[in-house]
Amino acid sequence: MSVVGQQPPPFFKRGPAPLARLAFFLALSLLCLVLDLRFHTLELSRQAVAMAAYPLQRLAYAPVEASDIVAEYFSSLATMQRENAILRRHQLDTTNQVLRQEHLELENQRLRALLEMKQRQSVPSRVAEILYSARDPFARRVIVDKGTQQGIIDGQVVVDELGVIGQVTRAFPMLSEVTLITDKSQAVPVQIVRNGLRSVLFGAGAGGLELHFLAANADVQVGDVLVTSGLDGVYLPGLPVAKVVEVNRDTTYAFARILCQPIAGVERHDQVLVLGQGEALPPAPAEPEEKAKPSKGKRAKK
Amino acid sequence: MIQPTHSSNRILLPVRGWFIFLTLFVALFLNMIPVGRLPGLPDFVALTLAFWCVREPFKVGMGAAFLLGIAMDVANASVMGQHSLAYVLLGFAASGLSRRILWFPLSQQALHILPLLLGAQLVMLATRMIGGAEFPGVLYFFSSLAASLLWYPLTYLLLLPQFQSMEKDDNRPI
Repeated sequence: MSVVGQQPPPFFKRGPAPLARLAFFLALSLLCLVLDLRFHTLELSRQAVAMAAYPLQRLAYAPVEASDIVAEYFSSLATMQRENAILRRHQLDTTNQVLRQEHLELENQRLRALLEMKQRQSVPSRVAEILYSARDPFARRVIVDKGTQQGIIDGQVVVDELGVIGQVTRAFPMLSEVTLITDKSQAVPVQIVRNGLRSVLFGAGAGGLELHFLAANADVQVGDVLVTSGLDGVYLPGLPVAKVVEVNRDTTYAFARILCQPIAGVERHDQVLVLGQGEALPPAPAEPEEKAKPSKGKRAKK
Repeated sequence: MIQPTHSSNRILLPVRGWFIFLTLFVALFLNMIPVGRLPGLPDFVALTLAFWCVREPFKVGMGAAFLLGIAMDVANASVMGQHSLAYVLLGFAASGLSRRILWFPLSQQALHILPLLLGAQLVMLATRMIGGAEFPGVLYFFSSLAASLLWYPLTYLLLLPQFQSMEKDDNRPI
């Protein structure tokens, strides 16, 4: 550069070559991707940026909110009346159950105490409103208006009046992100009400769900209702999740293909209930002491 | 033989740094508006970034693309690095093709921008599919089409401050 003791004119100083810069930034992006997808270690930085962007996000939500208000204002009286009629009928339907529930609960408590069973604790819950669905087209997530400030933590279960809709996957200070049960990466431990068969329910995309890894001859019928089994210690037991709509038993595969539809209004925008964490399950029993493994030589002899 | 010509011979004022920053910020804001899963909505950040990379390749480049990508990843609640990877590649291609693209009239510039934006979307699709996400449907790619249709109005909008004349003249229309 300074062979003859002269600097090049500043016009030619353009920093590193484009290819070098490309390689640098690509490496940086790939590093981010791997750290986030594989090791999940970028949550803290994400929280920080999200906190800084919160006012902007609320501001961006304003036009949507305004259009909602306008739409609501213009929604016709007929819709309201219809909704009212449905609600009244629903109320009549459930009155009977509601009136008897208190009595049944007391009775249940007594019986459980008699049986010395573990009491099903009631958990604290919090009403939240779904603000909007996240713009990420690859996942099914919604944003609700309560965050860590209101006591929401990661992993809490979100239900509506019909059943489970998802789970809090990222709690920010003011908002939290709920992954719907129809998301492909979301799994819910369930059991079939009719026969108590346990399984795990996965999102299948496009608003559907799928029961994986059930044998082709498993006792599953169309119309079976799936409720949470509570075995994971995160979901409370007995919450309705989905209904079986199709069972394909193809003998060429080891497993049946069982498609389900969510019971709750998963793709609707409404008020939801974020359930607090239940009591932690007792720790899993320790692994039995491993016996000395037979060496390979022995096995070969057999 | 028809040769493309650089038909616009209008001499523009130099661009101001704060204006570039402002437009990118506004684009980020537009991208943050939660419209849910409405397909075919253009990615304003990618479009504005491509515009400035083409127009001012020495001012806006891969560094800005990376930062915008990280901001988009957080705003969109997607995987960290998904947008930044796509935007960095977009920035590289747009700045590299800048001299060529500017030679064409606006409609053909839009035709150049379309594959760049589609490429960025394909990169995002590939990263997420490898990560095990679901396929969002073919409608997902309509957003690039919509964005490249916006190239014409966007050029006029973003170059508006540079169309001003050096001497202030109140009787001049623009």
